[in-house]
Amino acid sequence: MWKFFHKLASPPHFYRMAPGFILGFGVIGILLIMWGTYAGLFLAPIDYQQKDAFRIIYVHVPAAYLSMMGYSIMAIAAGIGLIWRMKLAHAVAAATAPIGAWFTFVALATGSIWGRPMWGTWWEWGDPRLTSELLMLFLYFGYIALRSAIDDTAKADKSSAVLALVGGVNIPIIHYSVTWWTSLHQGQTVMKGKMPPEMLNPLLINILGFTLLFGALLLYGVRTEVLRREHRARWVKDMLAPETGDA
Amino acid sequence: MKYPGLFSGVTAVLRRDLLLAWKRPGDVLNPLFFFAMVSSLFPLAIGPDAEQLQMIGPGVTWVAALLASLLALNSLFLNDFEDGSLEQLVLSPQPLPLMVLAKTASHWLVTGLPLVLTAPVIALSYQMSPDVIKTMMITLLPGTVSLSLLGSIGAALTVGLNRGNALLSLLILPLAMPILIFGARTVSLAATGEATAGGIYFLSGYCMLALTLAPFATAAALRISNE
Amino acid sequence: MDALTMGGYGAYVWSSVGLMFIVVIICVIQARARHRRTLQEITRRIKAMEA
Repeated sequence: MWKFFHKLASPPHFYRMAPGFILGFGVIGILLIMWGTYAGLFLAPIDYQQKDAFRIIYVHVPAAYLSMMGYSIMAIAAGIGLIWRMKLAHAVAAATAPIGAWFTFVALATGSIWGRPMWGTWWEWGDPRLTSELLMLFLYFGYIALRSAIDDTAKADKSSAVLALVGGVNIPIIHYSVTWWTSLHQGQTVMKGKMPPEMLNPLLINILGFTLLFGALLLYGVRTEVLRREHRARWVKDMLAPETGDA
Repeated sequence: MKYPGLFSGVTAVLRRDLLLAWKRPGDVLNPLFFFAMVSSLFPLAIGPDAEQLQMIGPGVTWVAALLASLLALNSLFLNDFEDGSLEQLVLSPQPLPLMVLAKTASHWLVTGLPLVLTAPVIALSYQMSPDVIKTMMITLLPGTVSLSLLGSIGAALTVGLNRGNALLSLLILPLAMPILIFGARTVSLAATGEATAGGIYFLSGYCMLALTLAPFATAAALRISNE
Repeated sequence: MDALTMGGYGAYVWSSVGLMFIVVIICVIQARARHRRTLQEITRRIKAMEA
C-alpha cells in the first residue's frame, strides 16, 4: 500500500495513473451532483422562513466549503513542497489556486444572490462569512498574482508557498476579526435549527459530489503542472517526441 | 576568523539604516505627506459636516495610515536590493531573522512612528475628542508595528519584481484587514464611550504574533528572492 | 411548474445553479486549454533542441 503512494510521488507514474482517477472522480462526482441537486431542488420540503429561496444552499454551501478546503489544500501542499522540496506538492498548490478561486467566486455570487430575498440587499457587510469569503478571494488573487509575476518556476513555487502559508495562518484571524466586527451591531441571520433529513441529505450528497468534481479538476491541473516542471526529463521526451534521438 | 557578534550585527544594521534614512528624507517624508493628504481628501469629497466627520474620522485615519504604511514599505528592501547589500545581508553569518527584525525596526522608527505621532493632528481635523485621540494613538502603535512586520514579508517576496509595488499592496492588504478592523473599530468604540480594552488587547496580541513569526517568514522570503 | 418559479424565487435559485454550472464548464475548458498549450510548447521546445 505504501508502495502505491511512493510510486504516486514519482512524476511519470503520477502522470500515467492520474487519468483513471480523474475519470472516476469526475463521473461519480457528476452523478452525485445530479442526484443531490434534483433531490434538493425538487424533492426537499419547503423551508418555513425562506420558502423556496433556501434551495440556493445546495450550490452555495458546496462552493463555500470547497473554497476553504481548496485554500487548505493549497497551503498544506505549498508547505510540504517548501519543507520537503517535492515538486509534485508545488504542482498541487499551483493547480488548486484557480479552481479554489473560482469556487470562492461562486460562493460569493450565490451568497449575494441568496442575500437579496433574505436581507433585501445585494451585499451585506454585516454578514461575517460573506466578508471573510471576500477577503479569501483576495488572498487567492494575491497568490495567483505573485505566481505569474515570477518567471522562474522554482522561485515562483517557493515564494508563493511562503505567501500561501502566511495567508493560511491569517485566515482564522481574519475570520475572527470579521465576526467580532459584525457582532458589534446586530446578530446575523443564520439558518440555525435542525434540518430534516429530506433537506439535509441532498446537501451532503452535493457536498460529496462537488468535492469529487473538485478533486477531478485538481488532478487534471496537477498533471499539467507536473508536465511543466518536468519538461526536461527523459520520460517527457520519450512520451511527446519519441522519434527524436538522444541529445 | 572572528565574525562580529550578534549584538554588534543588530546595532550595525540599525545604525546603518537610520543613517541612510537620515540622508534620504524622501523615504520618510513621502509616506507622511501621503498620510496627511489622504486624510484631507475625505472631508473635501464628502463635506465638512462636523458630526459626519466625527463618525468617519477613526476609519478614515486608520485607512490613511494603512495606505501610507504600504507606500513606505516599498523602501524597506528596495534600495539595498539595488546596490547589492541585501544579498550581503542574506549571506552574512548573523541569523537572518534577527537582521530582518533590526531592519524592520529601523524602518518602523522612521515611517510608522511618525504616523503615530502625527495622527493627533489629523484626528483634531476630524473633530475627535482627546479621549478618542488617545485611543487612536494607543491602537496605532501596535497597529503600525504589525503592519511593518507583515509588510516586510510582502516586501521580501516582491523585491526585485517588475511592478513589485502594486503587487506588494495586493498581497498585504487582505492580510492587514484584521489590524484595520480592530484598530479603526476600537477607536470608534472609544468615540461612543464603550469599552476598548478588548480591541487593544487583540491588537497587542497580533503584534506579538507578528513579532515572533514574521521575521522568519521574511527571512525565508528574502533567501528565495535572492537566489 | 412550481419547479421553475420556485414560489417566486425562481430567478434567484436558477441563476445560482446556472452560475455554478457555467463556472464548472469554464474550469474544465481552462484546464484543457492549458494542458493542450503546455503539450504544444514542450513538444516544440524538444523538437527545436534536437534539430
